Amino acid sequence: MAYLTPRKRATGMGSAKSGVAHFWNMKVSSIGLLILVPLFVFTFGPALGSSYEEMVAYYQHPFPAIVAILTLGVGFMHFKNGFQVLIEDYVHGAAGQYSIIAMNCLCYAAAATGIFSIIRIAL
Amino acid sequence: MADVNRGNRPLSPHLTIYRLPITAITSILTRITGNALLVAALMTVWWFLAAASGPEYYEFANGVITSWFGDLVMALSVLGLWYHTLAGVRHLIWDQVIALDIKTAESLSWVVVIGSAALTVLTWIIMLVA
Repeated sequence: MAYLTPRKRATGMGSAKSGVAHFWNMKVSSIGLLILVPLFVFTFGPALGSSYEEMVAYYQHPFPAIVAILTLGVGFMHFKNGFQVLIEDYVHGAAGQYSIIAMNCLCYAAAATGIFSIIRIAL
Repeated sequence: MADVNRGNRPLSPHLTIYRLPITAITSILTRITGNALLVAALMTVWWFLAAASGPEYYEFANGVITSWFGDLVMALSVLGLWYHTLAGVRHLIWDQVIALDIKTAESLSWVVVIGSAALTVLTWIIMLVA
């Protein structure tokens, strides 16, 4: 073992085989968000600060509600994958794995909470 | 790497030595803004949850998010959002193997910085008018 060079030790181990899927996922979701984010900013922005009745009436329209649902869904999945890369770059070992798992839980929970709430207001 | 005898040889200059070029600053800002957007995203989810819970809780959450502190967080998040969006477009361009030379990359860095500031001001003007 002591005589093996780092190159020799790595040869044949292969990659984790899932890097391309992760890259592609980020790319597709980023293009989706490129469309959704401006729509969300200019529908959600004006609704912020409105009275309860105005807010309910506004989010009972299909367009702002669907935009908000899609933005939260796609946005949190994009965030989850981006955060995973951050952790993989800077935090190693068990702490890194726990952070990724915790952030996965938070992202799915936040997306589900947001989407459920919007549907409840809209219907 | 453990069996490589590195001895006491000097290390190459690293982050603490170099003055970061604009491309490096805009690169790390992409990561920082993207991850910082979690705060605004969770506040948004909280706003929707409160809105679905009834008028009293909505008034409370809406009041917090439109307080001076909430406005500050949202204003900075709009800046972060436009910055991350423009920086993301830059990555999509680079993925096509174009604009990768240093001069173009540096100009694109300034486009991202100045463009996100301009979009933030524009967004707030539109919000105040609407």
